[in-house]
Amino acid sequence: MVKEIERAGIPVVHMCTVVPISLTVGANRIVPTVAIPHPLGNPALAPDEEKQLRRRLVERALAALQTEVEGQVVFEK
Amino acid sequence: MGGLCKLIPFKGGSVMTRKIRVVHYLNQFFGQIGGEDKAGMHPMDRAGHVGPGMAFAAALKDQAEIVGTVICGDTYFGENMDTATKEVLDLIAKYEPDLVIAGPAFNAGRYGTACGAVCAAVAEKLQIPVVTGMYHENPGVDMFRKRIHIVETSDSAAGMRQAVPKMAKLALKLAQGEPTDAAVDGYLTRGIRKNYFAKERGSARAVEMLVRKLGGQEFTTEYPMPQFDRVDPSPAVRDMSKARIALVTSGGIVPKGNPDHIESSSASKYGKYDLDGIDVLTAASHQTAHGGYDPVYANDNPNRVLPVDVMRDLERAGAIGELHRYYYATVGNGTSVANAKKYAAAIAKELVEAEVQGVILTST
Repeated sequence: MVKEIERAGIPVVHMCTVVPISLTVGANRIVPTVAIPHPLGNPALAPDEEKQLRRRLVERALAALQTEVEGQVVFEK
Repeated sequence: MGGLCKLIPFKGGSVMTRKIRVVHYLNQFFGQIGGEDKAGMHPMDRAGHVGPGMAFAAALKDQAEIVGTVICGDTYFGENMDTATKEVLDLIAKYEPDLVIAGPAFNAGRYGTACGAVCAAVAEKLQIPVVTGMYHENPGVDMFRKRIHIVETSDSAAGMRQAVPKMAKLALKLAQGEPTDAAVDGYLTRGIRKNYFAKERGSARAVEMLVRKLGGQEFTTEYPMPQFDRVDPSPAVRDMSKARIALVTSGGIVPKGNPDHIESSSASKYGKYDLDGIDVLTAASHQTAHGGYDPVYANDNPNRVLPVDVMRDLERAGAIGELHRYYYATVGNGTSVANAKKYAAAIAKELVEAEVQGVILTST
Protein backbone atom coordinates (compact mmCIF):
# COMPACT_ATOMS: atom_id res chain seq x y z
CA MET A 1 0.00 0.00 0.00
CA VAL A 2 2.88 2.32 0.87
CA LYS A 3 4.41 1.81 -2.55
CA GLU A 4 1.24 2.37 -4.54
CA ILE A 5 0.59 5.68 -2.81
CA GLU A 6 4.22 6.72 -3.21
CA ARG A 7 4.01 5.73 -6.88
CA ALA A 8 1.30 8.36 -7.29
CA GLY A 9 3.85 10.96 -6.24
CA ILE A 10 2.83 11.55 -2.62
CA PRO A 11 5.50 10.97 0.03
CA VAL A 12 4.46 8.29 2.51
CA VAL A 13 5.90 7.56 5.92
CA HIS A 14 5.31 4.03 7.12
CA MET A 15 4.82 3.74 10.87
CA CYS A 16 5.18 0.11 11.86
CA THR A 17 6.71 -2.17 14.45
CA VAL A 18 8.24 -4.94 12.35
CA VAL A 19 10.72 -2.81 10.42
CA PRO A 20 12.29 -5.74 8.47
CA ILE A 21 8.93 -6.38 6.81
CA SER A 22 8.58 -2.73 5.86
CA LEU A 23 12.09 -2.77 4.39
CA THR A 24 11.32 -5.93 2.42
CA VAL A 25 8.06 -4.53 1.11
CA GLY A 26 9.85 -1.38 -0.05
CA ALA A 27 8.77 1.56 2.08
CA ASN A 28 11.16 4.48 1.71
CA ARG A 29 10.50 6.46 4.89
CA ILE A 30 10.03 4.24 7.94
CA VAL A 31 9.36 5.18 11.57
CA PRO A 32 9.61 2.24 14.00
CA THR A 33 6.73 2.05 16.47
CA VAL A 34 6.00 0.56 19.87
CA ALA A 35 4.29 -2.81 19.47
CA ILE A 36 2.22 -4.74 16.94
CA PRO A 37 -1.18 -4.41 18.67
CA HIS A 38 -0.56 -0.79 19.73
CA PRO A 39 1.97 0.80 17.36
CA LEU A 40 1.26 4.36 18.54
CA GLY A 41 0.57 3.76 22.18
CA ASN A 42 1.60 1.94 25.28
CA PRO A 43 -1.18 0.84 27.61
CA ALA A 44 1.33 0.54 30.46
CA LEU A 45 1.75 4.32 30.55
CA ALA A 46 -0.55 6.90 32.11
CA PRO A 47 -2.93 8.37 29.49
CA ASP A 48 -1.14 11.73 29.22
CA GLU A 49 2.30 10.09 29.00
CA GLU A 50 0.97 7.73 26.37
CA LYS A 51 -0.32 10.63 24.32
CA GLN A 52 3.04 12.36 24.58
CA LEU A 53 4.71 9.19 23.30
CA ARG A 54 2.29 9.16 20.37
CA ARG A 55 2.95 12.81 19.68
CA ARG A 56 6.73 12.24 19.60
CA LEU A 57 6.28 9.38 17.12
CA VAL A 58 3.95 11.40 14.88
CA GLU A 59 6.33 14.36 14.98
CA ARG A 60 9.11 12.02 13.91
CA ALA A 61 6.89 10.88 11.04
CA LEU A 62 6.27 14.48 9.99
CA ALA A 63 10.02 15.14 10.13
CA ALA A 64 10.54 12.09 7.90
CA LEU A 65 8.04 13.47 5.39
CA GLN A 66 10.05 16.70 5.32
CA THR A 67 13.35 14.88 4.72
CA GLU A 68 14.58 14.21 1.20
CA VAL A 69 15.71 10.59 0.93
CA GLU A 70 17.53 8.73 -1.83
CA GLY A 71 16.54 5.21 -0.81
CA GLN A 72 15.12 3.51 2.23
CA VAL A 73 15.66 5.32 5.52
CA VAL A 74 14.62 4.18 8.98
CA PHE A 75 14.04 7.23 11.17
CA GLU A 76 15.13 5.90 14.55
CA LYS A 77 15.29 9.35 16.13
CA MET B 1 16.20 -48.44 5.55
CA GLY B 2 19.83 -47.89 6.41
CA GLY B 3 20.55 -45.47 3.59
CA LEU B 4 17.97 -43.06 4.89
CA CYS B 5 19.13 -43.07 8.48
CA LYS B 6 22.15 -41.51 10.03
CA LEU B 7 24.97 -43.95 10.51
CA ILE B 8 26.35 -43.55 13.96
CA PRO B 9 29.59 -45.28 14.96
CA PHE B 10 28.80 -47.75 17.68
CA LYS B 11 31.09 -48.91 20.42
CA GLY B 12 32.97 -51.99 19.35
CA GLY B 13 33.47 -50.88 15.78
CA SER B 14 30.10 -51.83 14.35
CA VAL B 15 27.50 -49.28 13.33
CA MET B 16 23.98 -48.78 14.49
CA THR B 17 21.39 -46.64 12.84
CA ARG B 18 19.41 -44.09 14.68
CA LYS B 19 16.57 -41.88 13.68
CA ILE B 20 17.23 -38.35 12.51
CA ARG B 21 16.49 -36.00 15.39
CA VAL B 22 14.06 -33.25 14.39
CA VAL B 23 12.98 -30.13 16.28
CA HIS B 24 9.80 -28.43 15.11
CA TYR B 25 9.11 -24.69 15.48
CA LEU B 26 5.52 -23.46 15.86
CA ASN B 27 3.71 -20.25 16.82
CA GLN B 28 1.32 -19.99 19.75
CA PHE B 29 -1.67 -20.90 17.59
CA PHE B 30 -0.36 -24.06 15.96
CA GLY B 31 1.47 -24.84 19.20
CA GLN B 32 -1.98 -25.08 20.79
CA ILE B 33 -1.31 -22.42 23.41
CA GLY B 34 -3.94 -19.94 22.23
CA GLY B 35 -4.94 -17.23 19.78
CA GLU B 36 -3.96 -13.58 19.48
CA ASP B 37 -4.37 -13.12 23.24
CA LYS B 38 -1.35 -15.43 23.64
CA ALA B 39 0.71 -13.97 20.78
CA GLY B 40 2.95 -12.19 23.29
CA MET B 41 4.22 -15.44 24.82
CA HIS B 42 7.94 -16.00 25.20
CA PRO B 43 9.54 -19.10 23.66
CA MET B 44 9.02 -22.43 25.39
CA ASP B 45 9.68 -26.03 24.46
CA ARG B 46 7.89 -29.32 24.76
CA ALA B 47 9.25 -32.82 24.30
CA GLY B 48 7.90 -34.63 21.24
CA HIS B 49 5.49 -33.30 18.65
CA VAL B 50 2.64 -30.81 19.03
CA GLY B 51 -0.26 -29.92 16.70
CA PRO B 52 0.80 -30.26 13.04
CA GLY B 53 3.88 -32.07 14.33
CA MET B 54 1.75 -35.18 14.43
CA ALA B 55 1.27 -35.08 10.65
CA PHE B 56 5.01 -34.49 10.22
CA ALA B 57 5.80 -37.41 12.50
CA ALA B 58 3.61 -39.60 10.26
CA ALA B 59 5.22 -38.27 7.07
CA LEU B 60 8.75 -38.72 8.42
CA LYS B 61 7.84 -42.32 9.23
CA ASP B 62 10.56 -44.35 10.85
CA GLN B 63 13.39 -42.30 9.37
CA ALA B 64 13.15 -39.33 11.68
CA GLU B 65 11.64 -38.43 14.98
CA ILE B 66 10.40 -35.10 16.29
CA VAL B 67 12.23 -35.01 19.60
CA GLY B 68 11.09 -31.57 20.62
CA THR B 69 8.85 -28.65 19.69
CA VAL B 70 9.69 -25.01 20.32
CA ILE B 71 6.75 -22.61 20.48
CA CYS B 72 6.86 -18.81 20.49
CA GLY B 73 4.19 -16.10 20.24
CA ASP B 74 4.13 -14.30 16.88
CA THR B 75 3.91 -10.84 18.39
CA TYR B 76 6.72 -11.51 20.85
CA PHE B 77 8.89 -12.72 18.00
CA GLY B 78 8.00 -9.83 15.69
CA GLU B 79 8.66 -7.19 18.33
CA ASN B 80 11.91 -8.72 19.62
CA MET B 81 13.37 -10.46 16.60
CA ASP B 82 16.99 -10.56 17.74
CA THR B 83 16.32 -11.67 21.31
CA ALA B 84 13.60 -14.11 20.30
CA THR B 85 15.78 -15.70 17.62
CA LYS B 86 18.50 -16.32 20.16
CA GLU B 87 16.10 -17.67 22.78
CA VAL B 88 14.48 -20.04 20.28
CA LEU B 89 17.88 -21.13 19.00
CA ASP B 90 19.00 -22.02 22.53
CA LEU B 91 15.88 -24.10 23.12
CA ILE B 92 16.35 -25.88 19.79
CA ALA B 93 20.06 -26.58 20.42
CA LYS B 94 19.19 -28.28 23.71
CA TYR B 95 17.69 -31.19 21.75
CA GLU B 96 20.86 -31.66 19.65
CA PRO B 97 18.82 -31.96 16.45
CA ASP B 98 19.99 -33.10 13.02
CA LEU B 99 17.22 -31.16 11.29
CA VAL B 100 14.80 -28.33 12.04
CA ILE B 101 11.35 -27.88 10.51
CA ALA B 102 9.42 -24.62 11.04
CA GLY B 103 5.76 -24.00 10.34
CA PRO B 104 4.33 -24.09 7.71
CA ALA B 105 3.29 -20.45 8.08
CA PHE B 106 1.10 -20.16 4.95
CA ASN B 107 0.33 -16.43 4.47
CA ALA B 108 0.73 -15.38 8.12
CA GLY B 109 3.26 -12.55 7.96
CA ARG B 110 4.60 -12.50 11.52
CA TYR B 111 4.71 -16.30 11.66
CA GLY B 112 6.48 -16.53 8.30
CA THR B 113 9.02 -13.97 9.38
CA ALA B 114 9.62 -15.94 12.58
CA CYS B 115 9.94 -19.28 10.76
CA GLY B 116 12.40 -17.72 8.33
CA ALA B 117 14.47 -16.07 11.06
CA VAL B 118 14.59 -19.26 13.14
CA CYS B 119 15.59 -21.40 10.15
CA ALA B 120 18.24 -18.93 9.00
CA ALA B 121 19.73 -18.77 12.51
CA VAL B 122 19.73 -22.57 12.87
CA ALA B 123 21.36 -23.04 9.47
CA GLU B 124 24.05 -20.51 10.33
CA LYS B 125 24.79 -21.36 13.95
CA LEU B 126 24.00 -25.08 14.21
CA GLN B 127 24.96 -25.89 10.61
CA ILE B 128 22.13 -28.36 10.11
CA PRO B 129 19.47 -28.51 7.38
CA VAL B 130 16.27 -26.49 7.84
CA VAL B 131 12.93 -26.48 6.03
CA THR B 132 9.96 -24.19 6.36
CA GLY B 133 6.83 -23.62 4.30
CA MET B 134 5.08 -20.42 3.21
CA TYR B 135 2.71 -18.92 0.67
CA HIS B 136 4.75 -17.12 -1.97
CA GLU B 137 3.44 -13.70 -0.92
CA ASN B 138 4.41 -14.14 2.74
CA PRO B 139 6.89 -11.36 3.59
CA GLY B 140 9.12 -14.04 5.12
CA VAL B 141 9.77 -15.38 1.62
CA ASP B 142 11.59 -12.36 0.27
CA MET B 143 13.43 -11.93 3.55
CA PHE B 144 14.82 -15.47 3.79
CA ARG B 145 14.47 -17.38 0.51
CA LYS B 146 18.12 -17.00 -0.37
CA ARG B 147 19.31 -18.47 2.90
CA ILE B 148 16.92 -21.36 3.53
CA HIS B 149 14.64 -23.86 1.81
CA ILE B 150 11.05 -22.60 1.81
CA VAL B 151 8.47 -25.01 0.42
CA GLU B 152 5.68 -23.19 -1.40
CA THR B 153 2.32 -23.72 0.30
CA SER B 154 -1.21 -22.44 -0.17
CA ASP B 155 -2.26 -19.23 1.58
CA SER B 156 -4.14 -20.84 4.45
CA ALA B 157 -3.99 -23.77 6.82
CA ALA B 158 -6.47 -25.55 4.56
CA GLY B 159 -3.34 -26.50 2.62
CA MET B 160 -1.73 -28.28 5.58
CA ARG B 161 -2.31 -31.74 4.15
CA GLN B 162 -0.52 -30.87 0.91
CA ALA B 163 2.28 -28.95 2.61
CA VAL B 164 3.36 -31.51 5.20
CA PRO B 165 4.43 -34.36 2.88
CA LYS B 166 6.33 -31.95 0.59
CA MET B 167 8.17 -30.39 3.52
CA ALA B 168 8.90 -33.76 5.14
CA LYS B 169 10.25 -35.22 1.90
CA LEU B 170 12.54 -32.27 1.28
CA ALA B 171 13.69 -32.29 4.92
CA LEU B 172 14.70 -35.96 4.68
CA LYS B 173 16.54 -35.33 1.42
CA LEU B 174 18.49 -32.46 2.97
CA ALA B 175 19.25 -34.45 6.11
CA GLN B 176 20.69 -37.24 3.93
CA GLY B 177 22.68 -34.83 1.85
CA GLU B 178 20.80 -35.80 -1.29
CA PRO B 179 20.64 -33.31 -4.17
CA THR B 180 17.51 -31.16 -4.33
CA ASP B 181 15.80 -29.27 -7.09
CA ALA B 182 13.36 -26.40 -6.65
CA ALA B 183 11.04 -27.59 -9.42
CA VAL B 184 10.99 -31.21 -8.24
CA ASP B 185 10.92 -30.60 -4.50
CA GLY B 186 8.52 -27.67 -4.58
CA TYR B 187 10.61 -25.09 -2.80
CA LEU B 188 11.02 -21.45 -3.76
CA THR B 189 14.13 -20.84 -5.81
CA ARG B 190 17.04 -19.55 -3.79
CA GLY B 191 18.97 -17.79 -6.53
CA ILE B 192 21.75 -20.38 -6.51
CA ARG B 193 23.20 -21.45 -9.84
CA LYS B 194 24.24 -25.05 -10.27
CA ASN B 195 26.68 -26.15 -12.95
CA TYR B 196 25.72 -29.09 -15.12
CA PHE B 197 26.37 -30.39 -18.61
CA ALA B 198 23.42 -29.85 -20.91
CA LYS B 199 22.77 -32.00 -23.93
CA GLU B 200 22.65 -29.07 -26.29
CA ARG B 201 24.94 -26.11 -26.29
CA GLY B 202 23.64 -22.68 -25.24
CA SER B 203 23.15 -21.28 -28.74
CA ALA B 204 21.02 -24.25 -29.78
CA ARG B 205 18.93 -24.00 -26.62
CA ALA B 206 18.44 -20.27 -27.13
CA VAL B 207 17.31 -20.71 -30.73
CA GLU B 208 14.91 -23.46 -29.73
CA MET B 209 13.47 -21.21 -27.03
CA LEU B 210 13.11 -18.33 -29.49
CA VAL B 211 11.35 -20.55 -32.03
CA ARG B 212 8.91 -21.69 -29.37
CA LYS B 213 8.31 -18.11 -28.27
CA LEU B 214 7.70 -16.91 -31.86
CA GLY B 215 5.36 -19.84 -32.36
CA GLY B 216 3.35 -18.77 -29.32
CA GLN B 217 4.35 -21.94 -27.48
CA GLU B 218 5.41 -22.17 -23.88
CA PHE B 219 9.08 -22.04 -23.04
CA THR B 220 11.06 -22.08 -19.85
CA THR B 221 13.76 -19.51 -19.41
CA GLU B 222 17.04 -20.68 -17.93
CA TYR B 223 17.61 -17.34 -16.27
CA PRO B 224 14.49 -15.71 -14.83
CA MET B 225 14.89 -12.01 -14.31
CA PRO B 226 14.53 -10.91 -10.70
CA GLN B 227 11.42 -8.87 -10.08
CA PHE B 228 12.42 -5.68 -8.38
CA ASP B 229 9.47 -3.58 -7.52
CA ARG B 230 10.93 -0.55 -5.96
CA VAL B 231 9.36 2.89 -6.03
CA ASP B 232 11.58 5.94 -5.91
CA PRO B 233 10.95 8.12 -2.88
CA SER B 234 8.68 11.07 -3.57
CA PRO B 235 10.10 14.53 -2.85
CA ALA B 236 9.77 15.71 0.73
CA VAL B 237 6.99 18.00 1.93
CA ARG B 238 8.30 21.55 1.62
CA ASP B 239 6.14 23.48 4.05
CA MET B 240 4.49 21.23 6.61
CA SER B 241 2.63 24.16 8.16
CA LYS B 242 0.60 24.45 4.96
CA ALA B 243 0.45 20.80 4.01
CA ARG B 244 -2.64 18.60 3.94
CA ILE B 245 -1.70 15.28 5.53
CA ALA B 246 -3.82 12.13 5.29
CA LEU B 247 -3.97 9.10 7.54
CA VAL B 248 -4.14 5.61 6.05
CA THR B 249 -3.95 2.36 7.98
CA SER B 250 -3.76 -1.37 7.38
CA GLY B 251 -4.62 -1.81 11.06
CA GLY B 252 -8.35 -2.04 10.44
CA ILE B 253 -9.59 1.03 12.36
CA VAL B 254 -13.23 1.55 11.37
CA PRO B 255 -16.23 3.37 12.81
CA LYS B 256 -17.89 1.41 15.60
CA GLY B 257 -19.92 -1.47 14.21
CA ASN B 258 -17.71 -1.78 11.09
CA PRO B 259 -20.37 -0.36 8.74
CA ASP B 260 -18.68 -1.63 5.56
CA HIS B 261 -18.15 -5.09 7.03
CA ILE B 262 -14.44 -5.13 6.25
CA GLU B 263 -13.33 -8.71 6.83
CA SER B 264 -11.03 -9.53 9.74
CA SER B 265 -8.68 -11.33 7.36
CA SER B 266 -8.23 -11.45 3.57
CA ALA B 267 -10.08 -8.14 3.34
CA SER B 268 -12.01 -7.75 0.10
CA LYS B 269 -12.32 -3.98 0.42
CA TYR B 270 -11.12 -0.81 2.09
CA GLY B 271 -13.12 1.92 3.79
CA LYS B 272 -13.08 5.71 3.48
CA TYR B 273 -14.24 7.46 6.61
CA ASP B 274 -15.05 11.05 7.48
CA LEU B 275 -13.09 12.73 10.26
CA ASP B 276 -15.01 16.01 10.05
CA GLY B 277 -15.78 17.20 13.57
CA ILE B 278 -13.89 14.29 15.13
CA ASP B 279 -11.25 15.45 17.58
CA VAL B 280 -10.31 12.12 19.05
CA LEU B 281 -11.19 8.48 18.39
CA THR B 282 -12.81 6.73 21.32
CA ALA B 283 -13.84 3.22 22.26
CA ALA B 284 -17.41 4.36 21.63
CA SER B 285 -16.77 5.86 18.18
CA HIS B 286 -14.27 3.49 16.55
CA GLN B 287 -12.84 -0.04 16.76
CA THR B 288 -10.54 -2.34 14.87
CA ALA B 289 -11.81 -4.91 12.38
CA HIS B 290 -8.40 -6.58 12.19
CA GLY B 291 -8.29 -10.26 13.14
CA GLY B 292 -4.52 -10.65 13.10
CA TYR B 293 -3.58 -9.03 16.38
CA ASP B 294 -5.00 -8.79 19.88
CA PRO B 295 -7.71 -6.10 19.44
CA VAL B 296 -7.98 -5.10 23.11
CA TYR B 297 -5.60 -2.12 22.95
CA ALA B 298 -6.92 -0.71 19.67
CA ASN B 299 -10.55 -1.08 20.73
CA ASP B 300 -9.83 0.57 24.06
CA ASN B 301 -8.14 3.55 22.38
CA PRO B 302 -8.17 3.52 18.55
CA ASN B 303 -5.71 6.45 18.47
CA ARG B 304 -3.05 3.85 19.33
CA VAL B 305 -3.34 2.72 15.70
CA LEU B 306 -4.74 5.81 13.95
CA PRO B 307 -3.37 8.89 15.75
CA VAL B 308 -6.26 11.28 15.14
CA ASP B 309 -5.98 12.92 18.59
CA VAL B 310 -2.37 13.95 18.07
CA MET B 311 -2.95 15.02 14.46
CA ARG B 312 -5.71 17.38 15.63
CA ASP B 313 -3.38 18.84 18.28
CA LEU B 314 -0.67 19.35 15.67
CA GLU B 315 -3.22 20.92 13.32
CA ARG B 316 -4.28 23.38 16.02
CA ALA B 317 -0.66 24.16 16.84
CA GLY B 318 0.00 24.93 13.17
CA ALA B 319 2.59 22.15 12.82
CA ILE B 320 0.62 20.81 9.86
CA GLY B 321 -1.66 22.72 7.52
CA GLU B 322 -4.56 20.36 8.01
CA LEU B 323 -5.53 16.79 8.59
CA HIS B 324 -7.24 15.48 5.44
CA ARG B 325 -10.95 15.14 6.03
CA TYR B 326 -11.06 11.42 5.23
CA TYR B 327 -8.99 8.55 6.38
CA TYR B 328 -8.67 5.21 4.63
CA ALA B 329 -8.50 1.81 6.29
CA THR B 330 -8.26 -1.80 5.40
CA VAL B 331 -7.25 -4.95 7.21
CA GLY B 332 -3.75 -6.10 6.35
CA ASN B 333 -4.11 -9.70 7.46
CA GLY B 334 -3.57 -12.37 4.86
CA THR B 335 -4.64 -9.77 2.30
CA SER B 336 -3.18 -10.61 -1.10
CA VAL B 337 -0.56 -8.29 -2.51
CA ALA B 338 -2.69 -7.88 -5.64
CA ASN B 339 -5.66 -6.65 -3.58
CA ALA B 340 -3.55 -4.38 -1.38
CA LYS B 341 -2.10 -2.83 -4.54
CA LYS B 342 -5.54 -2.35 -6.02
CA TYR B 343 -6.96 -0.69 -2.89
CA ALA B 344 -3.93 1.55 -2.50
CA ALA B 345 -3.99 2.61 -6.16
CA ALA B 346 -7.64 3.66 -5.76
CA ILE B 347 -6.84 5.45 -2.49
CA ALA B 348 -3.83 7.16 -4.07
CA LYS B 349 -5.95 8.48 -6.94
CA GLU B 350 -8.37 10.10 -4.49
CA LEU B 351 -5.55 11.50 -2.38
CA VAL B 352 -3.98 13.11 -5.45
CA GLU B 353 -7.33 14.59 -6.46
CA ALA B 354 -7.78 15.92 -2.91
CA GLU B 355 -4.32 17.54 -3.14
CA VAL B 356 -2.96 15.66 -0.18
CA GLN B 357 0.76 16.37 0.17
CA GLY B 358 1.86 13.68 2.57
CA VAL B 359 0.59 10.40 4.00
CA ILE B 360 1.12 8.71 7.33
CA LEU B 361 0.41 5.00 6.90
CA THR B 362 0.24 2.98 10.08
CA SER B 363 0.52 -0.80 10.25
CA THR B 364 0.02 -3.26 13.06
